[in-house]
Amino acid sequence: MDKKCDKKLGVFVCWCGSNIAGSVDVDKAVEEAGKLDGVVHAENYMYMCSDPGQQKVKDTIVEKGLDGVVVACCSPRMHENTFRKAAGSVGLNSYLLEIANIREHCSWVHQNNKPVATAKAVNIIKATLDKVKENLPLETLTIELTKRVCVVGGGIAGIMSALDLADAGYEVVIVEKEPVIGGHTAQVSSSFPYFQNISKLLGEKVKAVLEHPNIKVYVNSEVEVLDGYVGNFNVTIKTRPAFVDSAKCTSCGECLAACPVSLPDEFNRGLSRRGAIFIYNASAEARIPVLRQEDCRHFADFEQSQEEKCRACVQSCSENAIDLGALPGRSEEFVGAIVMATGYDLYSPANLPEYGGGTIPDVVDALAFERMLDPNGPTGGKVLCHSDGRIPKSVMFIQCAGSRDPERHKAYCSRACCMYTAKQARLYKRQVEDGTAFISYMDIRSDSRDFEEFVQVGMEQENLVYIRGRVAKVFEENGRLKVFTADTLTGRQITMDADLVVLAMAMEPKAGVRELAKKMNVTIDGDAFLSETHIKLYPVESSTKGVYLAGCGQAPKDITDTVSQALATAGKIQTMFSNETLIADPLIAEVKDDVCSGCGVCIEICPYGARVMNDFVRISEVNQAVCQGCGACIAACPNKACELINSTSRQFLRVIGDFTSKVKAVV
Amino acid sequence: MSENTQENSGFEPRIVGFLCHWCTYTGADLAGTTRQQYPAGIRIIHLMCSGAIDVVYVLKALLDGADGVLIGGCHPGDCHYQTGNLKARRRIALLRKVLQTLGLDQDRVWLRWISASEGRLFAETIREYDADLREQGENPLAAEWDL
Repeated sequence: MDKKCDKKLGVFVCWCGSNIAGSVDVDKAVEEAGKLDGVVHAENYMYMCSDPGQQKVKDTIVEKGLDGVVVACCSPRMHENTFRKAAGSVGLNSYLLEIANIREHCSWVHQNNKPVATAKAVNIIKATLDKVKENLPLETLTIELTKRVCVVGGGIAGIMSALDLADAGYEVVIVEKEPVIGGHTAQVSSSFPYFQNISKLLGEKVKAVLEHPNIKVYVNSEVEVLDGYVGNFNVTIKTRPAFVDSAKCTSCGECLAACPVSLPDEFNRGLSRRGAIFIYNASAEARIPVLRQEDCRHFADFEQSQEEKCRACVQSCSENAIDLGALPGRSEEFVGAIVMATGYDLYSPANLPEYGGGTIPDVVDALAFERMLDPNGPTGGKVLCHSDGRIPKSVMFIQCAGSRDPERHKAYCSRACCMYTAKQARLYKRQVEDGTAFISYMDIRSDSRDFEEFVQVGMEQENLVYIRGRVAKVFEENGRLKVFTADTLTGRQITMDADLVVLAMAMEPKAGVRELAKKMNVTIDGDAFLSETHIKLYPVESSTKGVYLAGCGQAPKDITDTVSQALATAGKIQTMFSNETLIADPLIAEVKDDVCSGCGVCIEICPYGARVMNDFVRISEVNQAVCQGCGACIAACPNKACELINSTSRQFLRVIGDFTSKVKAVV
Repeated sequence: MSENTQENSGFEPRIVGFLCHWCTYTGADLAGTTRQQYPAGIRIIHLMCSGAIDVVYVLKALLDGADGVLIGGCHPGDCHYQTGNLKARRRIALLRKVLQTLGLDQDRVWLRWISASEGRLFAETIREYDADLREQGENPLAAEWDL
């Protein structure tokens, strides 16, 4: 350890004006640094990061033939890149330059004790020099890049990302769980704040997707397996059996009538009923019926012989388009990037029994109300009581149903409800002029362009009755719905009648997203929303490189924000695709193959699947493209067979040695 | 600064801090940016992730005479590498048990979650740690082992 260093090292101490020089004696630091092993040059300068400062570093590297440099200045997060670039520009491998953080970690935090701060700065410089001595010159790694994208989820987020990417010339595959693309947006009647017809807007985009030569859509499909890494993902897609042959089906509808099963229709939020074979979305262009295996009697009757089993739909079909023996399909797609546009579900009203959720038929959720407003919907666009079909004269809209309730439900705000409730109430008032729309709210969050005006028009010109307070109970009394609430602005308790109650239920991540996130290696938060890398600076990047986020799977948002995010995601991927290959940081794990015993601990501990066993030689290897350099495997390795390049245990032990030698304060 | 100057014993606790890149190291940067003042006995070693903390590093620091070893990571759930901080927590819990079994002082090893925005907490932690170590006194290993 004490052998003389054969490297020529340079130390550059920055004053940072008085930021460092005010509490660290920079002359003393240079004097002490100059005495250290291997140091052939030490100097200080007022601003090392300035052009003349950088020039000093560059000139000295050339003149003295330095093969290691320590710049003692601000945090490496500030100027490590600056100085590494400067070193690289004169031929010194940039990984042979290290920063000694003597500003944030020394001068700024020990402002009133110059001798102590100076001694500490010298100590930090010494330790950094000891690290540099062992640094290896490195080159950035190159990773192959497949310029294709897999979009998981065909809602408005997935559609908009896919179209943008496809228009940019990249091939896109969309994997959609349901029989048609469009997502929840297809259930919505019109948009706020301009009452635009959503089915028209969405219809155009869906058509554009289906006709786009660069887009391939897998409906009734889910991602089964994800292998690979950024630039090189292999997605295995499982497609449910296509019992109805779309080439033969004439959409005559005979099978729909023939099916003996009757279930609430999910797309219409239970306002209508469907068979096991049904049309998923009546207003969608593709009117090919889907047969849902889990609802179908043919598949449920295990006891019966083949002849006895229900074949009502098959018998009704004159075109022989239905084949109950169809098998699921499996496809593989090789892509370079993935968009997680998994979307949301509404929190089930059954979670709010105090509001009659799931038990009182005239208590519906907001999407059910949207279905009523849709001219193609189950009521033909009329707002009707679900129980008896009469026109409701008073409708109670309850906002924050399940949202903003950390004790019992969701702590977060679902963001879109204030606005869509105002929209729904205004549409109701347009339809039922003598009706009254009551809106129970906690706060009105109308924080985007024309949103506040939209709500104000509802309040002032269309006589929506806003009641500030939280509804305590919705119950039936003598065949009428009663709402028990409070007006917290006047401090009065209110018991009122209502014909229809609409619950603006909280948005929650799509069911099954936990399993999917695990497959995708994407982190989720406590509510199972997909987490972005950084809420401000990396808002659409997931924790796994090459996997991006869009839409409500990341957090509740309205269509406007969803589309913005989807386009941002598409933009990010295009940026990545603007290169021919990917560049990766070489500061990753490395295996000493003469030490590795092939125990596999590293493989289990790696959060990215970057450690793989070479079964031929029984040695664990590092997938350089996947490794993020966290060091988990290094700490876990029982026989020190792997190291983080340029942060080796040897380097750490030397630095620890430097930091524990109790140097007396200089001066 | 009274905290920094030797009062009567001449004992200045030396802490070796292993801080993760994404949270605590950046939190320590923020402590500087916001000019928080704390005792100078702490020496910071940069790790990419607290999950990369090798118990050997902690032991080496203790055997070399560090009075305290601080491991700083992201709050649970915030780890940049998904679960590195939880690995650190498990590893340090085990290490403390081992230290105790060996008759060494487990209270000299601290694991703390300090985020990138908690510069003040970082400074407070160091002040608290310094005061605690002053109470505990010098790491006896420093004198016993002349490594």
